[in-house]
Amino acid sequence: MTTSTVRETRTMLKRSLRHVLRSPDTIITTAVTPIAMLLLFVYVFGAAIDVGQDDYVNYLLPGILLITIASGIAYTAFRLFTDVSGGIFERFQSMPIARQAVLWGHVATSVLANLVSLTLVVLVALAMGFRSGAGVLAWLAVLGILVLFTLALTWLAVIPGLKAKSVDGVSGFSYPLIFLPFVSSAFVPTAGMPGPVRWFAENQPVTVIVDTIRNLLAQQPVGSDGWLAVAWCLGLLLVAYVAAMATYRRTTA
Amino acid sequence: MTTTPAIEITGLTKSYGDQAVLAGVDLRVAPGTIHALLGSNGAGKTTAVRILSTLLKADGGTAAVAGYEVATHPAEVRGAISLTGQFAAVDDVLTGRENLMLVAELRHLPDPRRTADELLARFGLTDAAGQRVAAYSGGMRRRLDIAMSLTGHPPVLFLDEPTTGLDPQSRTEVWRTIQELAGQGTTVLLTTQYLDEAEHLADRISILHAGRVIADGTVAELRQLLPPKRVEYVEKRPSLEEIFLAVIGHDGSDEGRARA
Repeated sequence: MTTSTVRETRTMLKRSLRHVLRSPDTIITTAVTPIAMLLLFVYVFGAAIDVGQDDYVNYLLPGILLITIASGIAYTAFRLFTDVSGGIFERFQSMPIARQAVLWGHVATSVLANLVSLTLVVLVALAMGFRSGAGVLAWLAVLGILVLFTLALTWLAVIPGLKAKSVDGVSGFSYPLIFLPFVSSAFVPTAGMPGPVRWFAENQPVTVIVDTIRNLLAQQPVGSDGWLAVAWCLGLLLVAYVAAMATYRRTTA
Repeated sequence: MTTTPAIEITGLTKSYGDQAVLAGVDLRVAPGTIHALLGSNGAGKTTAVRILSTLLKADGGTAAVAGYEVATHPAEVRGAISLTGQFAAVDDVLTGRENLMLVAELRHLPDPRRTADELLARFGLTDAAGQRVAAYSGGMRRRLDIAMSLTGHPPVLFLDEPTTGLDPQSRTEVWRTIQELAGQGTTVLLTTQYLDEAEHLADRISILHAGRVIADGTVAELRQLLPPKRVEYVEKRPSLEEIFLAVIGHDGSDEGRARA
């Protein structure tokens, strides 16, 4: 990136952050659903779920964090859709600025807004008894994985943001992402699932990402899962980025 | 005065599927003039403007703006133009001032704040500068939209149906702004479906119909295409617009809206 691209991206980021700050409800609603799930599963279903450890909130939190990200990126798609349908997107496209700056501004905003939502969820978990003795390095590793996962899903969200014809189309795409953690090791161990479901759960990215974060926070050895989680995130990010940029070029002639 | 046309289009074609929207358009606009592209809905006006502003690729023919080919030098073209599309391209969440500062910053102007304040004053938006644009009226949005397009003094301005949906007062204001611009050397390509707008503003008019320019010239030249004048005596009645403006006490200079 050249210096002017960086400068233009920063300007776009500032604009997009103003949008978030002026509708803080987007951060709160992002956090509300995962927090409700956290409460529901820990205090209602938790007693009936046997995960082989006492603190179900410790077990559950990594999956809830991924759900937070999956619901947060819907707002990125929505903000991009608003730009495209309102005409300001075409203004940016006809200006002498780096074309990627428009998208990177939204993507960077997504990462920052999701980090705030994630912090809210972690604070609630702490109040519910979540504890971790993990050191700074382990926490940084968790942060790195969460940021990578956010980037991957955000670039995926760029596609409906650019292409959707209605607001419903924009918000609809994130539902499958929110439910993906249910068919993984996020809520219950995969061992008890019937054959094909178990196969799917054990081979989809959420399980390996959740297991990695869980082990990092519980100070357990991560093993090859860690690299596999990073590989999944990077692979998803690459595919989503390439697909989003291809969509972008098609939208803008 | 340079002899390079500000806009030069030759044999421009564009189709969607097997429907030809532009079927070989030719157009030359001299620098510092107002040129109207007149046509009904679906005539291809917006398509032509989108191609000129690098938002759409043409199928055939050439288009150049400020001496740069649109197809091969889009970045240079974008450096020379500004687009005001059919729908006000403003950010509803930001204030009027923030909208202008955003464009000024993206154009790397030295003092975005001062640029924004000057434009706010010029377009009579100083009082509303700190309000979110969502609360603006249609006329204010359009004025802000045009002000954003003027940020950084681009030499060529595309205005795609700038007065569609505006009340008569706002339309008069937009007209005055456009005339001032041309007086300062900006080239304006204006699309419109209103005959009086083209007649009132444009130095030259091209009539676009079914994807082709079927007539081109000054208003006087176009008049000669019609049969010679007949003298008829008709009682002059005020138009509804004249009545409307008289009744609301509008004298055409709209107090409280400063002009440059």
